[in-house]
Amino acid sequence: MNSDKVLDAKGLACPMPIVRTKKSIAELQSGQVLEVHATDKGAKNDLTAWAKSTGHELLSSNEENGVYKFWIRKA
Amino acid sequence: MTAMGTQKVTAKELTTIILNKEDLFILDVRNESDFSDWKIEGISVDIINIPYFDLLDDIAPALDAIPADKPVVVVCAKEGSSIFVAEQLAEAGLNHVSYLEGGMKSWSEYLEPVKVADLSGGGELYQFVRIGKGCLSYMVLSNGEAALIDTSRMIDQYQRFMQKKGVELIHAIDTHLHADHISGGRALAQRYGAAYHLPPKDATEVTFEYEKLVEGRDITVGQETIKVQPIYTPGHTIGSTSFLIDNTYILTGDILFIDSIGRPDLAGLAEDWVGDLRDTLYSRYKVLSEELIVLPAHFGKVTELGIGGLVAGRLGTLYSENPGLNIEDESEFRRTVTENLPPQPNSYQEIRQVNMGKIAPNIEEQREMEIGPNRCAVHDK
Repeated sequence: MNSDKVLDAKGLACPMPIVRTKKSIAELQSGQVLEVHATDKGAKNDLTAWAKSTGHELLSSNEENGVYKFWIRKA
Repeated sequence: MTAMGTQKVTAKELTTIILNKEDLFILDVRNESDFSDWKIEGISVDIINIPYFDLLDDIAPALDAIPADKPVVVVCAKEGSSIFVAEQLAEAGLNHVSYLEGGMKSWSEYLEPVKVADLSGGGELYQFVRIGKGCLSYMVLSNGEAALIDTSRMIDQYQRFMQKKGVELIHAIDTHLHADHISGGRALAQRYGAAYHLPPKDATEVTFEYEKLVEGRDITVGQETIKVQPIYTPGHTIGSTSFLIDNTYILTGDILFIDSIGRPDLAGLAEDWVGDLRDTLYSRYKVLSEELIVLPAHFGKVTELGIGGLVAGRLGTLYSENPGLNIEDESEFRRTVTENLPPQPNSYQEIRQVNMGKIAPNIEEQREMEIGPNRCAVHDK
């Protein structure tokens, strides 16, 4: 999936993946897509809930070899 | 490296606060779905949920919700986000703010040892309350020897306890093949060279050697002073076995709880086992003395915790008060234990595979499988 920006949040523990995601999203234009890579298992439920509460759209996510990838479209 | 005014509280300390019914306010900062699935409970506990990501820019929503006069414990999944939020609260001027060390992960793993009684032969009986998950395990100690029943995964905690008591494990026993938690029985038995016992009917697929639990074959602890008598009581699983200790205590595993009864569906054979469950609850236990003290393998609600955290009840009292023992009509009983059951425990199928020795996940994966409540009773809604 195409993205406008990639955030590497691997190795970061909660709350940092969300803190960084929030910051990166702020630097994008509405409609642009942020790709997030994280290794914290909690990131999946948290990013899903965070996107819902902020109105950004979680387009897709997957897991490969312990790395979780998320694609989020800015509201 | 926490800010001034922020302290950490351990799962053990939090357990003491809850068992003493001291006033406590918990701010749980996990996401809503994790919170609604499973949270810290206690009679004196007030708890609210505001996800940490809603507090990153502005702590005000939390400040508004916290009563000024109560000590506050901030809780999250592991601890990182709770430290972050606790620091913000302390900086905003709140006193008595702490966070739960290790978060819900530690909460799920802590075992509180509660003494049940001195036994007639000079031994002791302890109940280990896994307060965060509702699991109960038991230790019989006598003359330097110990037997453990329904051991939790965190075997280090039992080991430290046995060291302190100066006893060696000689028997690890599981009343049945567990589906809600990973048994530590086999691992601990290996460490001590002790025997690991399982009901043979639950062990048809296991990949390891074990001692067969059979009715009539008593297990002794401490030079034959304490008898542990197995009684075959199928229903939750086909092999489920209860134990009579010192002619006074009956360990009922996941068959009979204080306020509920076991569910027969976790091994996929609910319909087949309903009859066994009814027979055990309404016939096999019924002929036993009403004065027996029931010690189950789970509790479902914090109201079941008695003095010091002990979960126990007189069999005769359970026969008059436990809703699961008072369903006269057989078809109504069948419906109660097979329909509208609570959700199954997390990863219960994988957990059964681990307990059969078929898969061997690493410690992190094991922790992950066990997250959440046990939900082994039919009334755990």
